[in-house]
Amino acid sequence: MSPRARIPLFLVSLAGLAALLGFGVAGLPAFGDYHGPYGLVLNQVVLGERHTTNVVAAVVFDYRGFDTLGEELMLFAAVAATALILREAREEEARQVLDAVRSEPVRLAGLSAVPVVVLLGLFVVAFGYLTPGGGFQGGTVVALGLLLVYLAAEHRAYRRLTPTAVVDVFEGGGAAAFVGLALGALAGGLAFQENFLPLGKIGALTSGGSIPLLNWATAIEVTAAFLLLFGEFLEEVMVERGR
Amino acid sequence: MSYLPYALAVWLLVVGLYGVVTSRHLVHLVVSLTVAQSSTYVLLLAVGYRKHATAPIFKGIPLGTKATDPVVQALTLTDVVVSVAVLALLLAVAVQVHVREGTLDPDEIPAVRG
Repeated sequence: MSPRARIPLFLVSLAGLAALLGFGVAGLPAFGDYHGPYGLVLNQVVLGERHTTNVVAAVVFDYRGFDTLGEELMLFAAVAATALILREAREEEARQVLDAVRSEPVRLAGLSAVPVVVLLGLFVVAFGYLTPGGGFQGGTVVALGLLLVYLAAEHRAYRRLTPTAVVDVFEGGGAAAFVGLALGALAGGLAFQENFLPLGKIGALTSGGSIPLLNWATAIEVTAAFLLLFGEFLEEVMVERGR
Repeated sequence: MSYLPYALAVWLLVVGLYGVVTSRHLVHLVVSLTVAQSSTYVLLLAVGYRKHATAPIFKGIPLGTKATDPVVQALTLTDVVVSVAVLALLLAVAVQVHVREGTLDPDEIPAVRG
């Protein structure tokens, strides 16, 4: 279809969409006046039932854990597919490209930020079910901290730091651990993914039963997923430059 | 005024779709799709907001404090992860298209061959 014919057609369908959205939004509660039952109930019962102070984390890793299981597997599948497509398209190995950062102050500041950012990420993961944070958020921060090695130093150093063989194992291992914990409850005679560990003291790192373990499994998978994506796309850039 | 966040969500969706429809570059198309998807974050978070409420994290505040809805926030988290995964996958496809066809203009890519 020609680009010129596309706009009028888009406008026609947009009018239909606008009508539908207008109808839908008009039926929503006014902003700030929400009284949905589930959230209100969860805000009341989570502290007593799961001993975790972050209700969002309890929803993600427990009450709606099955949903998160699907999300984990979807992330795994999407990242595996991305790696598959990029690795297949890449016929040649990345050549040695001189992309090292030459400015000493930039290298110094960038590389000394690496441990700080990684530590911040681990902190966000570790306390994710007590204070704001969690495996998804913290895992992203850890991966970005390691990406700083590429930004502040060079691609070769980043590749040595995150060997594909190791990252691939963590990527699969994180997803497998999540599934394994869900099946573990089943093996113990409980429902699939039921919280089977002692709940611990409210507000302590040991609280929440199996929530901390699921949280860490997620963090490992997300970190590895991001490292794998960064690695694959960076490799692509290096091949392009080498040509 | 109280419908402004919903209007913002609708606006993001429309702008994103406009970008997808008129795109002349696959990377631009993928980013436009991400813009359209980010409307769902705004919508979900806006729906769960309650006036004068705090975040649903009861560390240091007493139980029973008015808090926003945790379920939609967890859904948004899922949404963001899906968005990132899809973004990566589509960009990988764009790379593959560029390798095979030598162009990133959707109009110049010949019909898909089996």
